Amino acid sequence: MFAFTEASETRIEKILAKYPESRKVSALLPLLTLAQDQEGYITPEAMIEIGKRLDVSPAYVESVCTFYTMYYTKPVGKYVVKFCINISCHLNGCDNLMEYTARKLGIKEGETTPDKKFTLLKEECLAACCEAPVMQVNNKYHVNMTPEKVDQVLESCK
Amino acid sequence: MTEILFKAIDTPNLTSLDVYEKTLDGYQSLKKAFEKTPDELVEMVKASGLRGRGGAGFPTGLKWSFLAKDVFPRYLACNADESEPGTCKDRELLMKNPHLLIEGMILCSYACQIETGYIYMRGEFWEYEELMDTAIEEAYAKGYLGKNIMGTGFNLDIYTHMGAGAYICGEESALLTSLEGYRGEPRLKPPFPAVEGLYGKPTVVNNVETLCAIPFIVLNGAEAYAAIGTEKSKGTKLVSVSGHVNKPGNYEIPLGTPTIDLIEKYAGGIRNGNKLKAFIPGGSSVPMLPASKADVPYDYESLMEAGTMLGSGALIVMDDTTNVVSEALCLAHFYMHESCGKCTPCREGTRWMYQILSDIIGRKGKPEQVELLNDICDNMAFKCFCPLGDAAVAPVVSSIQYFPEDYEELIASLKSEQPVGAH
Repeated sequence: MFAFTEASETRIEKILAKYPESRKVSALLPLLTLAQDQEGYITPEAMIEIGKRLDVSPAYVESVCTFYTMYYTKPVGKYVVKFCINISCHLNGCDNLMEYTARKLGIKEGETTPDKKFTLLKEECLAACCEAPVMQVNNKYHVNMTPEKVDQVLESCK
Repeated sequence: MTEILFKAIDTPNLTSLDVYEKTLDGYQSLKKAFEKTPDELVEMVKASGLRGRGGAGFPTGLKWSFLAKDVFPRYLACNADESEPGTCKDRELLMKNPHLLIEGMILCSYACQIETGYIYMRGEFWEYEELMDTAIEEAYAKGYLGKNIMGTGFNLDIYTHMGAGAYICGEESALLTSLEGYRGEPRLKPPFPAVEGLYGKPTVVNNVETLCAIPFIVLNGAEAYAAIGTEKSKGTKLVSVSGHVNKPGNYEIPLGTPTIDLIEKYAGGIRNGNKLKAFIPGGSSVPMLPASKADVPYDYESLMEAGTMLGSGALIVMDDTTNVVSEALCLAHFYMHESCGKCTPCREGTRWMYQILSDIIGRKGKPEQVELLNDICDNMAFKCFCPLGDAAVAPVVSSIQYFPEDYEELIASLKSEQPVGAH
């Protein structure tokens, strides 16, 4: 079962007010984001619920959801660690940093640790190129990364 | 040094409306604008010579003047989907000076008779959504947004809208499609957004940096802006200098500044005392150039003449330890990943490019594959539905053109390590 929490309902009201009434499907991405924030990933039940809210089919919701890389349709770890692998970070050694992190966590890119704490992902350009290499943990930016800083950030994840 | 966009950008608490007003004559341009008619304002922006800073470099005032006559409502969509590899200037503007953008959006909306504006931000910028929402709330409280702004009868609402991870949504028609709640696929043009944009209505799509330049133009006059830069490339430009430099960062330069100055003077030169090998001047979607061309003035025309483009203003610097094939592969992976799949040349071509470059980097390449790579690029350039295909081709073709030896080296090492035919 999926239901939006009371806090989410308040947010939904504000989100829907942004768009013309006849165009409420504009709220699809914001609602998917809200569902993911709530559950950690987007469940089929959440897609059905969002479809009902916006008068579109669950299949339509899924087709949009799977187009965008920030939505997870399977469970992920409590902390999602993403490394930018694009050119500015590549020129500044992101490959080694990613390898270091994978070794430290004992998983490969795309995997989740057995305790469900960390998921490690590659990410395309995060628009922080002048502070390369860049990593995000649950979408929070960490810049000018070094192995030592990776250690610190991972340790701060409780 | 002329600072328009980055003036006092590091002032503490500049994100608050009070500090913004005290430090930067914030929102002072509104009074001046409301003394003019909307058409006069459009003419003013035309006269300033300001061009779109997102990548295409189209004259901003002209874009505004293309709006379908007498069709309402109209919309403004601010493109804050910054995702061109190498580019991080809009992020700095958004996180440090949100009110400058709001002021620019108010001016644009008044000039174009728009009553609703959206700021489409890439999903990864969620930290700045809250910041922007707070700034918008402050502007409402002060009467700069909402109904009957400053007693003029002009109404404007501005909302943030977050994307969710898709490079293609930085293309203006894909941005609008995404904002409407669809998969972010580009639309056929024409009709251009100025005629049929968001919800089928006339729409202005402008980049963050473009809109942030408007308050200066209105406050100081078109001539003051046009006095900066070159004959055809007016004003200042934010350039994100990244890669192998000592001081990577966003720098505001008058257009026409030599590229080598950006590398040497602004960004502190090449790291570790190495030599410059190559640079990509305008983000990953434009051709790279060799070090011998580094004295090219950084403006639209000069870079075009040099065989590349100014693009989004992202200068990616590579030193002489770099094998450019490795960077071409990095970008080929990006375009393959970001191709929306709508048209065949892009969907298939980007994958081919990636596979061939992977072979070459993996020491499995053959000399004829370089030719094949060029052929695939030729079959993609100007044959894709949207500019993503052309973008994917640019770094690869130029890497072959200027650095064939980097390819030869990788292919030759195959010969020496592995007899031909051995697997």
